[in-house]
Amino acid sequence: MANKTSTHAHPKHLYHHFIDSEQQFSAAKMGMWIFLGTEILMFGGLFAAYIIYRAWYPELFTMASHELNTIWGAVNTVVLIGSSLTVAMAIKSAQLNQKRNIAINLGITIALACVFMVIKYFEYTHKFHLGIYPGEFYTFDGIEHPKANIFFSLYYLMTGLHGIHVTIGIGLMSWLLWRSLKGDYDSEYYTPVEITGLYWHLVDIIWIFLFPLFYLID
Amino acid sequence: MATAEASSNMKKVQVRRYKPEENADTNYLNAESGLRSWLLTKDHKRIGILYLIATTFFFFFGGLLALGIRMELWTPAATFIEADTYNQLFTLHGVIMIFLFLVPAVPAILGNFFLPMQIGAKDVAFPKLNLASWYIYMIGAIGTIFVIFAGGIDTGWTFYMPYSSTTGGAVTFMSFGVFILGFSSILTGINFITTIHKMRAPGITWGKLPLFCWSLYATSIIQILATPVLAITLALVGMERLLGIGIFDPALGGDPVLFQHFFWFYSHPAVYIMIVPGFGVVSEIVSTFSKKTIFGYWAIAMSSLAIAFISFLVWGHHMFVSGQASLANMVFSFLTFLVGIPTGIKMFNWLATMHKGSISLKTPMLYILGFFFLFTVGGLTGIALATIAIDIHLHDTYYVVAHFHFVMVGGMVMAYLGGLYYWWPKMSGRMYNETLGKISALLVFLGFNVTFLPQFVMGAQGMPRRYFNYIDQFQGFHQVSTIGAFILGIGFAMVFYNLVKSLFNGEKASANPWNSRALEWQVASPAPPHNFDHIPVLIHGPYDYHKPMADFQLGLAQTNGHEPEMGTHIEADKEVEMKD
Repeated sequence: MANKTSTHAHPKHLYHHFIDSEQQFSAAKMGMWIFLGTEILMFGGLFAAYIIYRAWYPELFTMASHELNTIWGAVNTVVLIGSSLTVAMAIKSAQLNQKRNIAINLGITIALACVFMVIKYFEYTHKFHLGIYPGEFYTFDGIEHPKANIFFSLYYLMTGLHGIHVTIGIGLMSWLLWRSLKGDYDSEYYTPVEITGLYWHLVDIIWIFLFPLFYLID
Repeated sequence: MATAEASSNMKKVQVRRYKPEENADTNYLNAESGLRSWLLTKDHKRIGILYLIATTFFFFFGGLLALGIRMELWTPAATFIEADTYNQLFTLHGVIMIFLFLVPAVPAILGNFFLPMQIGAKDVAFPKLNLASWYIYMIGAIGTIFVIFAGGIDTGWTFYMPYSSTTGGAVTFMSFGVFILGFSSILTGINFITTIHKMRAPGITWGKLPLFCWSLYATSIIQILATPVLAITLALVGMERLLGIGIFDPALGGDPVLFQHFFWFYSHPAVYIMIVPGFGVVSEIVSTFSKKTIFGYWAIAMSSLAIAFISFLVWGHHMFVSGQASLANMVFSFLTFLVGIPTGIKMFNWLATMHKGSISLKTPMLYILGFFFLFTVGGLTGIALATIAIDIHLHDTYYVVAHFHFVMVGGMVMAYLGGLYYWWPKMSGRMYNETLGKISALLVFLGFNVTFLPQFVMGAQGMPRRYFNYIDQFQGFHQVSTIGAFILGIGFAMVFYNLVKSLFNGEKASANPWNSRALEWQVASPAPPHNFDHIPVLIHGPYDYHKPMADFQLGLAQTNGHEPEMGTHIEADKEVEMKD
């Protein structure tokens, strides 16, 4: 283990199996990019189902989307894009070694993500109130189409899976916030901030597809 | 000291020879002890062993279920179990063998253990994720086994809709279990791709990457692209049962054929997840035991990627009788024929490697010879099944069952066992018993053929798969098949006995018992805790048997004034030029 007693400074964050920080950073980044690829494929299954049912019942999708609240959908879009900006600013702060700004930007991102989830909560409960449940529990009679339940199954599945991702993102960023308050991140080492940022951008991009596909038909 | 005399992208590095230590005091097995050191290990080698123990258990469990199926089919009517139990047996046999054994076996055991060593790394890129993948696997596996006690499942391993949304039993539980298993597979794939890209030692360019690594690379690509689709499909099956979402269930307005498309979009590439790593093992063993440079290195490497690519375009050949458009049938049939090209390329290159080689018929090589025969039969019958007109007749018959077992057991399991014997000295530090090894290899080969050759005949004559009762004319075939299954079972048991016995009284293995040129053999047996105490440098390809062994034991000379540890044999420094 002669190479362990290297004369080079061995930073605390560097794992033993990497040669240097640069290798570790680029490996982590690549791993995250591949993971994002798997996420796209996973959502891809649901998007494929959406495309097929929309091709079969185009009129259903036009009618049913009127039940969705475009205003709140648009607000949520702005909120998520805003949170993507702040997470990018957190990474920039890390690169510039502004430790306090990392925490501030992460805090704003978490707050915006929570706003998104609260709005989603009110949208869901409003629909439940009308009897718009997924699948066989669907009881709403305002849409004259026998397959209206399938539209809302897709709506709940896709926005639900997206919501799970937002929640996971809130968890990850809370952990980052805690560690950044401890001063763990600086311009030398901010890998977790960088790769969580990548994840967060994907969550944002998926919503940018979901919003027009469900709310803005017609 | 990297004397960077840069001429274009060549640089000179100072290297020394690091001879592997014989009978080293510390190795990865005794570096730490106690159950805790195993359950919390981040060492890729130990995680490989954890996978080995788990998958071996599930392999024998799934094998016993298979023997149960074969015993039941001894007579045309009920032999010793109820029809419903029989349905559960073949479902569990399929699920356990595919998701708990075939998918993880070669990548998670042999790949985990040897991928980092072959590229001269100390570990995979994400060791914690690697350990997490084992725990996720175990959670999914226990969930899958638990299904037996939660009412069983009788859908077959394919979970076809609408039956799977209406039948009783623990389908929701099972789909959740397999959903979890998928994540384990995805994490392994992410880890391997990143490791191969980022962790290669100096000199290991893409053109010197061992073919086992190339095959794992291709496999990982399929794993990360296909498994998420299975995950979402099974999530939808679960939702269908819990919420009645109506995507797949025709009673609620859904489309069951859509399920088949989703399912086979994963499950066809998945068979390449199972077999492509086996191809990698074959390349390593053929070259080592023929003492010859692999023939057509790039052809073999690229054909793995070609198989990975084509695997995503052929799923429709499982659905020729589903009512799919006839144009789609024709396109899928044609695309399926294309799979034969890269596979054939591999086969010919392996045979050409053996041509005029100095072939030594040790146990690993015997398995590979068995692989050549069985996989060729399995592959060619696959071409027959891809022909639409023939498939209409053979669809859902024992012909398909025999084809699938020829490629999976005859192909993948033979390659896996060959690989296990081949790498056993490095994993355990012990030599297995060669005579017993050869006898069991022959028994496995014989038993396998006796089991599955009659099934081709039965299938061609119209015996449908998954049936509990059958007409009397098939009884002879079924009985031969059942006898074969027991011979096969005895063969597998002997393999297990031979390997386990070697742990207790096997001869101590030398560092490189096969005189291989591959990097994993240039360290002590069993492997040292951190694989290499130096940074290895490769100046030749991994199969250059015409180059002296000393050239394969080079590492960067220590640059910091510290002498390498005692016991490491160092020859004089020399300079080599290499591509950066």
